[in-house]
Amino acid sequence: MKLSSKEVEYVARLARLEITDNETEKFTAQLNDILGYIDKLNELDTTGVAPMSHAIAVTNAFREDKIIDSIGTDKSLANAPDGRGEFFRVPKVID
Amino acid sequence: MEFETVIGLEVHAQLLTDTKIFCGCSTKFGGAPNSHTCPVCLGLPGVLPVLNKKVVEFAMKMSLATNCVINKSCSFARKNYFYPDLPKGYQISQFAYPLSEHGYIFLDVDGAQKKIGLTRIHMEEDAGKLMHDEHNPVSYVDLNRAGVPLIEIVSEPDMRSPSEAADYLKRLHEILVYLEICDGNMEEGSFRCDANVSIRPMGQKEYGTRAELKNMNSFRNVQRALEYEIKRQQYLVECGGKVVQETRLWDDASGVSISMRSKEEAHDYRYFPDPDLVPILVDDAWVEKIRRELPELPLAKRERFIKDYQIPEYDAGVLTADKALSQYYEEVVKLCGKPKQASNWVMGDVLRFLNEDKRDIRKCPITAVALADMISLIEAGKISGKMAKDIIPDMYKTGLSPQKIIEEKGLVQITDEGELIKTLTAIIESNPGQVADYRGGKEKLFGFFVGQAMKATQGKANPQLVNDLLKKMLAG
Repeated sequence: MKLSSKEVEYVARLARLEITDNETEKFTAQLNDILGYIDKLNELDTTGVAPMSHAIAVTNAFREDKIIDSIGTDKSLANAPDGRGEFFRVPKVID
Repeated sequence: MEFETVIGLEVHAQLLTDTKIFCGCSTKFGGAPNSHTCPVCLGLPGVLPVLNKKVVEFAMKMSLATNCVINKSCSFARKNYFYPDLPKGYQISQFAYPLSEHGYIFLDVDGAQKKIGLTRIHMEEDAGKLMHDEHNPVSYVDLNRAGVPLIEIVSEPDMRSPSEAADYLKRLHEILVYLEICDGNMEEGSFRCDANVSIRPMGQKEYGTRAELKNMNSFRNVQRALEYEIKRQQYLVECGGKVVQETRLWDDASGVSISMRSKEEAHDYRYFPDPDLVPILVDDAWVEKIRRELPELPLAKRERFIKDYQIPEYDAGVLTADKALSQYYEEVVKLCGKPKQASNWVMGDVLRFLNEDKRDIRKCPITAVALADMISLIEAGKISGKMAKDIIPDMYKTGLSPQKIIEEKGLVQITDEGELIKTLTAIIESNPGQVADYRGGKEKLFGFFVGQAMKATQGKANPQLVNDLLKKMLAG
């Protein structure tokens, strides 16, 4: 096992996910399967191959600095779980 | 025990683009809350961010102006954390592959040049703005600022005192404003600074544990906060305590910093390449194109002012500290052809008026034309320097030309020899004692006669003419 259930719980907490003990066990096994597959890929000799971050060979996709009309406050707030006036409203957070 | 202070700074500068970094929403400050938003900057699912080319070019300008090496290839990464001002749950930033690295700028420290290293400059998006309700346990979120382009400029831990740190910030600020890529407004948050501070016993090589300081929104606050933090750390160590690595928030009103240590585990940002944004390749041709667009930078301008206008280094420093001020000064010089006089009037009277009113040079009621006219009037002998001193406050108050004010006040200088001789004769006749003493060798008394002449003419006499005439008349 490369990944412990503790690490799975930690990642879940970072992602603000609540998971049951059963799920922890299940995800630990699944994630370890995936890591096992990565190990398989790691067997390939990639000496001299530059690391890549994207699967497509496109670079420099830019837009010009031109204003496009925003959608407006009402539409922006339409999908929010909570709002007040022109603002989104959230539980108070102070670091 | 003697301690050495070690300071490194992180500066976030908002770029003056018209639109956000990854979408076409306006970056304009002060819009109605959440009016400058769209599915991209709201972080709605399924959208595709597309990079604003101007952001890259502005960041390249700052990189070149601070001697950074621009990487041939760079890319964006996701910095993951949850906070309500960050709608996507991650900030798009650069991590492993920043735009540029290994820069430096010079500071004047005790008359010598000190090199301060720049670790890197990278591009990223700003977060939204939170307002906390004072009575209820809720916060309000405005996402107008979410997605506004920033560059983060990270320094090496090369500064050794709060004043060096403040100086470094002023230099960076000056360059950004000269490049016209950032408005530099610290109160509105266009130019923000975090500081990493540690102390170590003199002579020790290893760095001490550092604290990170946030929320300092003026040069003065940065210096005060750093001074406080150094004292705090020294006190801790001298009392046998230990500095802990933490983030501290500067509170300007009470003049202390407060620990922001959160109960939660240390941040774990889990950076990874952003699959939505493809790598950016920068070739030499592009770099050269940007290099050609660079304006004259503060340091070069300072040297040119000293050389071309023959003004002291100090004057050149003051006049070039603000780009708009340097332009105003150059305009005055161009119109009147008297660089030293222009510098004296701009640095003396004009800047004093502006400072008293906390007014920007761009809103100065005395236009460059008016000031140049006034200097030309002095040079032509139409008014004396003393008269100019008297009318310049009126020029500032009313915005009128010097000619107009002179006319209204009937302030034209007396250059009529006949009239002056009459006045001087009267002075000589009513002061026989002083005349005798002067003729007897007490040459210092010359100033007394000049003073009397100025008094009698209410300062309107042409001083040169008074001098010449008095010399002749007193010679007897």
